[in-house]
Formats: sequence, structure tokens, C-alpha cells
Amino acid sequence: MRNRSRLIRLTLSYGVLIVMSIMILYPLAWTIGASFNPGNSLISTSIIPKNPTLAHYKELFEGSASLPYGQWYVNSVKISFFTMVGAIISVSFTGYAFSRFRFKGKKNTLTVFLLLQMIPQFSALIALFVLAQMLDMVNSHWLLILLYIGGLIPMNTYLMKGYMDSIPMELDESARIDGASFTRTFWQIIMPLSKPMLAVVAMNGFTVPLGDFVLSSVILRKTEAYTLPIGLFNLVNEVMGASYTTFAAGAILISIPIAIVFLLLQRNFVSGLTTGGTKG
Amino acid sequence: MQHRKVALLLSIIPGFGQFYHRQWLKGLLFLLVTVSFFVAFKDLLNMGLWGIVTLGTEIPRDNSIFLLAEGLIALIVIFLGLIVYYLNLRDAYKTGVMRDNKQTLYTLRQQYQHVLFKGYPYLISGPAFLLLLFAVVFPILFSFAIAFTNYDLYNSPPAKLVEWVGFSTFKEIFTVDIWRSTFFDVLAWTVVWTIVASTLQVALGIFLAVVVNQKEIRFKKLFRTILVLPWAVPGFVTILIFAGLFNDSFGAVNNDILAVLGIDAIPWLTDPNWARFALIMMQGWLGFPYIFLVTTGVLQSIPEDLYEAATIDGASAFSKFRHITMPMILLSISPIIITQFTFNFNNFNIIYLFNAGGPAVPDSTAGGTDILVSWIYKLTMQSSQYALAAALTIMLSVVVVSIALWQFRKSSTFKEGA
Repeated sequence: MRNRSRLIRLTLSYGVLIVMSIMILYPLAWTIGASFNPGNSLISTSIIPKNPTLAHYKELFEGSASLPYGQWYVNSVKISFFTMVGAIISVSFTGYAFSRFRFKGKKNTLTVFLLLQMIPQFSALIALFVLAQMLDMVNSHWLLILLYIGGLIPMNTYLMKGYMDSIPMELDESARIDGASFTRTFWQIIMPLSKPMLAVVAMNGFTVPLGDFVLSSVILRKTEAYTLPIGLFNLVNEVMGASYTTFAAGAILISIPIAIVFLLLQRNFVSGLTTGGTKG
Repeated sequence: MQHRKVALLLSIIPGFGQFYHRQWLKGLLFLLVTVSFFVAFKDLLNMGLWGIVTLGTEIPRDNSIFLLAEGLIALIVIFLGLIVYYLNLRDAYKTGVMRDNKQTLYTLRQQYQHVLFKGYPYLISGPAFLLLLFAVVFPILFSFAIAFTNYDLYNSPPAKLVEWVGFSTFKEIFTVDIWRSTFFDVLAWTVVWTIVASTLQVALGIFLAVVVNQKEIRFKKLFRTILVLPWAVPGFVTILIFAGLFNDSFGAVNNDILAVLGIDAIPWLTDPNWARFALIMMQGWLGFPYIFLVTTGVLQSIPEDLYEAATIDGASAFSKFRHITMPMILLSISPIIITQFTFNFNNFNIIYLFNAGGPAVPDSTAGGTDILVSWIYKLTMQSSQYALAAALTIMLSVVVVSIALWQFRKSSTFKEGA
């Protein structure tokens, strides 16, 4: 009796896992298949194409004026990289300030941070577009980077503060007694111990520009200034279906590197997020 | 008269209070900052304050929207100036108190160190605050201001001036029939979407984590890697892939899967209800891996002896799950669950990238799957209803912020955190 119920439980468990795995892998496999399918139409596509072709990958890098995929790739990597660096620098400073110092306005600022993170930044679209026009920075990647960093500060400061709070104060105090300055304590004690959370902030900084469609579509108006999300969206939508196979090839080239980094670093992210999330 | 009062009075002109204390260098510094503030910002303040009140008087000379932006920047600059002014008053007053109490005043060197010590947190977070002010606070203030104007397609610079109209846009949302019905339709779907999609992804994540974590299950690593894949692939890519899969004419869901099962093609993108169903399923697919990962972490940290003790007491597998596993999971990940709800409430990407909020619905200015944020986006970018979009933004923010405040007032993390 006991054995039988165990058998049922395990069969059901494996059943669920296999069904889920198929549901996850199918769309991904379908995309890979589509990217090797000849022609532009999807009507005749199958997961394992009869006449596989690399034509779509070649098309991406031919550098035609309407499809500067290489340029989009460079733009996206550049924006993501500088957003990540900027976010790490500013958030580790604000996190340190909020975690280790008592100062006027601290409590109120934290509340304001909390609320700011609730109001989606893009609800201020008109303002951002007017700002870009006034500064004469329409199509400017640097303006976009600054906006991303600004948007990342409240939420990530919260996470960083929470994580730094879990580092014992005694470490700072003994360093201070030994004559270390605040800055030195920060660099040599707090920063090395905050590595898991720094990884989380770095990940957020790198992926936010890759996941953003709204801010970038407001600020970037020239085809060659596009990032990958806007570029690929337009590719799919201009003639839906007509260039879907090319989109599939482009999607694969962006997904594979990111997926590998994610899978390699997932352990860090989880430990960082659970500590910061529950205590922050 | 006491020194503190004299110094405070003299400080109305910044620097003079410090001169009174014979702190020449500090006084000079305050005076210089004040003078340069007015020299540098004279035009901005003058123009900005005039602009924000009138929003321009002459076409084509004045561009109301630029004037409004300048006016807001002027207000922010004034606010920052007032902070410095307050510091000046406070410094003069405090030094006065010390003189009244016959204490010796700090030397210049001591003062320098004092400022460095006290000011350290401000110094290191200052640049981040400035960025926040310009990238987040200014745009929000600007949106709020727009809501009280008549800025739309017909009243827009450079051809026309924009005027302040008070609360009339807010009134229109509730009095004009098409706005009111659209607003409540969109609001209802937003609430349903947030609750159903978030619950689905959380439940699925927890359920699968528990299933994989059973002792007897083999190939744990393989299953975990597969289950995390939707999280590892960039979201915009997956959503666009799904848009293709669900396409009415060439999508694989209709042509391959349902055809094999002998089910007729379903109008995924053209029927609002099917589109909504597809969106919720997709969000479950996209959102569960994160919860799955976090829950797996929690499960691995539950001490084994808790289960052993329960077994000795004769607990069944189900009651062990109900009384040990579930409470432990919910306790550790409840803050993360809350963030899933706020995330989906503002989940613009999935709605817009899948079907641009469509299909179109008769007698409505929003599409069948539009949630509040995507409706606001469309009003701004496609139909140029700037004032209406801004008014909706305010209402949305007020709701979200009050729920958040209420929630965090209750939770202890907030008290500890601040």
C-alpha cells in the first residue's frame, strides 16, 4: 500500500516535470528551427528544417541600412555596460551611506525611495521626451544611460542597504580604531563582503536596458541608434511574419550569451536576493 | 541681546552672521555661494517662474511646454538654494548659542574636520541624489504638472499655447462616457491580470520547486536547469517569440499543436478573451522560474530533523507539507511575492510586445488587453492625449503609493530598515 502510493506520487512527479520541460523547450526549439528555415515565411516551418540554411544569420550582418543588426548589438552592449558600471558605483555609495551613517533626513529619504520605485519611471514619458529635446539629446545613448541609472538607484539602494546591514558593525569599528578612514573601510571591508549583492546590482544594471522598450523607444528615433529590443520589435512588426525567420536568428544570437551568463551566475543571484530581500 | 539672535538676524543676508562671529572665511564662502547662485541662475529663475505661471503669452515666441519644464527646474533650483540658506541660518544660530554659553569656538581646522565627518554620507551619495532628481523626480513632477493643463494634440506647441485648466481633465475621465467606460474596463482587467498572473506564477514556482526537491527524484540538476531557462532568456525575446507562436495565421500553436489534437484554430490575437488567456499563460511561463529558484533555496535550508520529528509523531506527507514546508516558504519569500504583484501591475512589456494591447474593442479607446500602463503609453505616444495620460498617471500613482505605504507600515522590515 505504502509502496503503491509512493509509485503513484513519483510517476505523477516525473509526468509533471516532463510536461513542463516540453512546454519550456518547445518554443525555444521552434525558434532555433525557424532561424535555419529557408525563406521568410513561417507557414512551411518545422522544428527540424528540411533544407537548413544560414542565410538569415548572414543577412543580419550584411549591414543593410534598414537592418543594422551589428550596430544594434554594439549599441545594446555599450548601453548595458555603462548602465551597469554607473549603477554599481552609485548604489554602493548610497547603500554604504544608508547602512552605516545616521544623518538628517535618512528615514524620510528611505520612504521616498520606496515610493519612487513603485511609480513606474515611464509614466513620465512626455517629460523625458521634452527633456531630451531641450538638452538636444534626442538619439543620445548617454542620456538614456543616465536615465537608466537614475531609475535603478532607489530599488537597488534598498537591496544594497539590506545586504550591508547584515555585515557586522564591529568590523567597521575595529577598522576605525586602527585608523582607517571611512573611504578605506568602505573599499577594503564593506565592498569585498558585499560581492553577492554587487553581482545582483550588476545583473540588474545590465539587464534593465536589455528589457526596456519604453524609454528607449521615446529617446532613440534613428534606426542606427536603436537598441536590440526596439530593433527586433520593429523587425517583427513592420511586416509581421515576413521577416520572422530573420528575427529568430537575431533573437538567438542575443539569447545564447545572456542565458549562459545567467545559468553560470544563478547561485550568486539567489543568495544575494534572498538575503537582501528578506532583510531589506 | 543674545549673540544667537543677532547672528540669526544678520544671517538673513548669508555670510553676515558668520562675519559677526569673526568667522571670516566661512562667512565669505556663504556670501560667495549666494552671489554666484543669483548670478548663475538669475535668468533661469526669472524666466522659469514667469513661464510656469503664464505658460507663455505669445505665439510663436513662447513654447509652453519648454517654459513649464524650465519653471520646474527653477523650482528645484530654488529648493536646493533654500537648503543652503537654511544651513547658513542654522550655522550662525548654533555658533551664537556656543558664544552665549561662553564655549570656545571651533578652530577652522576643527570645523573642516567636523564638516567632513558629518557630511560624509551626503558627500558620497550626493551625485546619486542629483541624478535621481533629474532622471526620476523631475519627470514625475512634470507629468503631474501636465495633468492640470490642456496639453493635447489640438493644444500643442509650437502652433498653440497650453493653458492651466485645473482639475477639468480629472473630471472628464469620470464624466465623458467613452473615457469613463474605458477607464473602468481597463482598471478591471488590470486588477484581474495582476492577481491571476501573479498568483499563477508564484503557485507554479513553489509547486515545481517542491516536486523537484523530493528525495527520490533523479536528474535534479537537469530538471532545474531546464526549469530556469525562461528566466535566463531575455524577456523581450521570449515575448516576441510567443507572439509568433500564437499568430492566428502562421503560429505553431494553431497549426501544429491544436491541429494535431484535432482542435479548430483559436483566434488568439483577435479575440480579447483568448488573448487575455494567452497572456496569463505566458506570464506564468515567464515568471515562475524566479520563484522556483528562490523557493528551492529555502527548501534546502529547512533542517531535516523537523521532518524526522514529524514522522515520529505520525504525520502524513501532506500534513508535513502543510505544517512545515509551506509556512517556511511563505515566511521567507513573502516580500518577493509582493514584488511580483507590483511588477505585474506595471508589466508593460508583455502586454505591448505580444499584441500591442490589442485587439481593438468597439466603443473604447483602449485595446482588449491593455492594462493601465500600456493605455497610458498609447494615449501619450499614439493619440497625443498628454493631459489625460498624465491625469491617469497621477491616479495610478496615488493608488499604488497608498497601498504600498499601508503595506510597509504593517511590515516590520520597514521599521528596522529606517
